[in-house]
Amino acid sequence: MTYTFLQHYWWFVVSLLGALLVFLLFVQGGNSLLFRLGRTEEERVMLVNSTGRKWEFTFTTLVTFGGAFFASFPLFYSTSFGGAYWLWMIILFSFVLQAVSYEFQSKLGNLLGKRTYRFFLVLNGIIGPVLLGAAVATFFNGANFVVDKANMADEWMPVISSWANGWHGLDAFADVWNIILGFAVFFLARLLGNLYFINNIRSEELIGRCRRQLITDAVPFLLFFLAFVIRTLLKEGFAVIPETQEIVMQPFKYAQNFAAMPVLIVLFLVGVAGVLYGVVKSIVNPVYTRGIWFTGTGVVLTVLALLLCVGYNDTAYYPSATDLQSSLTLANSCSSQFTLKTMTYVSILVPFVLAYIVYAWRAIDKKPITPEEMGKDGHHY
Amino acid sequence: MLATIDLSLIEWSRAQFALTAIYHWLFVPLTLGLAVIMGIMETLYVLTGKDFWKRTVKFWMKLFGINFAIGVATGLILEFQFGTNWSNYSWFVGDIFGAPLAIEGIVAFFMEATFIAVMFFGWEKVGKRFHLASTWLTGIGATFSAWWILVANSWMQYPVGMEFNPETVRNEMVDFMAVAFSPVAVMKFLHTVLSSWIVGATFVIGVSSWYLLRKREKEFAVSSIKVAACVGLFATLVTMGTGDKSAYQVAQTQPMKLAAMEALYEGGTQAPLTVVGDLAIPKMLSFLATRDMNGFVPGINDILEGGYALPDGTKALSAEEKAERGRLAVEALSAFRQAKEADDAAAMQAAREQLDANIAYFGYGYIGHPEMLIPNVWLLFWAFRVMVGFGVYFIAFFALVLFLAWKKELNRFRWLQWLAIISIPCAYLASHAGWIVAEVGRQPWAIQDMLPVNAAISRLEVGTVQTTFFIFLVMFTVLLIAEIGIMLKAIRKGPEA
Repeated sequence: MTYTFLQHYWWFVVSLLGALLVFLLFVQGGNSLLFRLGRTEEERVMLVNSTGRKWEFTFTTLVTFGGAFFASFPLFYSTSFGGAYWLWMIILFSFVLQAVSYEFQSKLGNLLGKRTYRFFLVLNGIIGPVLLGAAVATFFNGANFVVDKANMADEWMPVISSWANGWHGLDAFADVWNIILGFAVFFLARLLGNLYFINNIRSEELIGRCRRQLITDAVPFLLFFLAFVIRTLLKEGFAVIPETQEIVMQPFKYAQNFAAMPVLIVLFLVGVAGVLYGVVKSIVNPVYTRGIWFTGTGVVLTVLALLLCVGYNDTAYYPSATDLQSSLTLANSCSSQFTLKTMTYVSILVPFVLAYIVYAWRAIDKKPITPEEMGKDGHHY
Repeated sequence: MLATIDLSLIEWSRAQFALTAIYHWLFVPLTLGLAVIMGIMETLYVLTGKDFWKRTVKFWMKLFGINFAIGVATGLILEFQFGTNWSNYSWFVGDIFGAPLAIEGIVAFFMEATFIAVMFFGWEKVGKRFHLASTWLTGIGATFSAWWILVANSWMQYPVGMEFNPETVRNEMVDFMAVAFSPVAVMKFLHTVLSSWIVGATFVIGVSSWYLLRKREKEFAVSSIKVAACVGLFATLVTMGTGDKSAYQVAQTQPMKLAAMEALYEGGTQAPLTVVGDLAIPKMLSFLATRDMNGFVPGINDILEGGYALPDGTKALSAEEKAERGRLAVEALSAFRQAKEADDAAAMQAAREQLDANIAYFGYGYIGHPEMLIPNVWLLFWAFRVMVGFGVYFIAFFALVLFLAWKKELNRFRWLQWLAIISIPCAYLASHAGWIVAEVGRQPWAIQDMLPVNAAISRLEVGTVQTTFFIFLVMFTVLLIAEIGIMLKAIRKGPEA
């Protein structure tokens, strides 16, 4: 295993985790619709219990995504998290509130009352996807940081990475294209939430509302997503000159990346087709419940293709808008060959992990959620 | 103008991490301890087929669930704070430190997240044995998680298995097994996890005793106490043994921490172990630290001044000498990078030799004055005594509870029931005192001898960190109050609810 292969392998693993995370944001998307879809208390309880049985997967994928990034590309971890401080902190605050809100909301003595905890779920359902989308958009559009490893020899200020302004990540919102991807991810999460409810809950009236809501969310999603993708393919990108490792701006860089890696075009197109198939069939066929699996798989493939496009083919995956040469590439930000190789052996466990997740998921979802089903286990939210 | 790190930024960054860690550690020990007790109870249910055990385990699961969610939430923040507030650390040692965190996610978190869903929602959906396996796997997942995070923490106390690479300006892993199975990591894992079982056992005994006091749920309470007391006594004895081994390792690898734990300014041979005040056990500190009654234990001043003989026969350097060699290492790093830019191979070689000769003291290059090397002696001294004192108390407590359970007289002594309730906060106090000893004792180092906290932080404005500190403080405090409120209501309702 060469060093270059390992760098690319780990970018693939991180991208796959990122793609799975976007799919699992159906929990957040579903929660953002809690008061819109749930008209009665019973319906809201069903919605909360539906996402409540899966929130741990989203949370764990987020943590593992962070851990894998830390282990494989530590310079990204230190530069982005330490620099775009507010952007990440707000995301984390919202996830903390979400984590307790399921368990606490219907318990006696919960201090803040049921409505507050549900508000936290909605808040996380909006803030989480929008900010995560905006954070990922900076991979394409750049962020304001400087990296200078020579600083380590400065006894008084030995900090390698620093942010170029006092906004610490909130400056991502100064670029409208970051906001556009944020909204695309938000509407995608809602779309996935609807499809998940359709698959997981048996309540005619509620599911009918979910199907109508699908149209409401699918239209803005497509507009924002297509705008972002078209603009990305047409804009200049951050290229790395392999011989010198110098970063330069290159016209149509991301379009060229797709052209240079046809497998990504296939992944992307199959993914988009899967998303559309799941959505359209769920809208037109009132008894169809499996849309989440087509759309979910499509989301994973599409996001994977985009993330591979931004990291592969001599591209700076985390460009600096302040100092072009500070931009992070797979080569200049990764862990040592020994660590990547060791971690690669560990990653052999991933298929086993996925296998038991699928097995347990199927066992839990064997019976769809109904008002009667929720009471049987003695544990419901 | 030369940029310098604002000292209060370091303090606020430390405060924020300490705050998050303290809150996180309020929930984790109960998760680890209750998981084992629940596993035993459900095993009894499957083996005996008695519904009594199902009802019992479901009650403890309810409390487990309330506690678990907030533990997960605070844990998320801790992981990401390495990046947000300790970004220089994340680059400087991320090559080694990141791996255990990633493995924790892949191996442990997913196991925990998957099977906890089956544990809570699977009673009517999966078979008895699958459900039992899920309950155990939830606990095993949490324990695996503890293993990897403690590997990471142990590496900060005792860095092994790495080499410094001046090209990348960071430490790089060269021996994964040395990192994953260092003797310090093994002992820390056993000590921390088993001490968490003590918290879980004390919690179950305390809550059950409340039912006995109220003359409610007698069979449920007595049976729960029996299981918990067995777990508690076993855990306390192992914790005592691993504590002794850990202290011995501290003496070998972090002598300043040991000296501060004992408030020992002037060391010597035949050093006594201070209990409190003037009460001391002759020669005991020498024995515990060196396994020899006549062994030499350096005090704080000895460590700063150096000159005493180390176990390997060499002479200990003074703090000044170490700082000088640290500065040589940092200078050599700078010279190496300049030579590399100039493509001067001879200068690179010379700088590399100077760096290699002084790399063991690299972190001392950022130490402004020797007093920075002394951790908070008062806090360490008392935290250590609180931890050990309660450790001894819990041996007696669990033994007494088990004895009375065997004699079927648990119901008889109301004072014991009150004592059991009061013991719950004592177990938490002891557990936190242990972490204070481990973490405050490591100061000023983020990584022992390699990177002090002032060279590990993110370059942020003090006001930014202050703001997030207070947001965390308010958020965690409100959630803790809510959690306690929910717990108390659930306990009051009892297993019948």
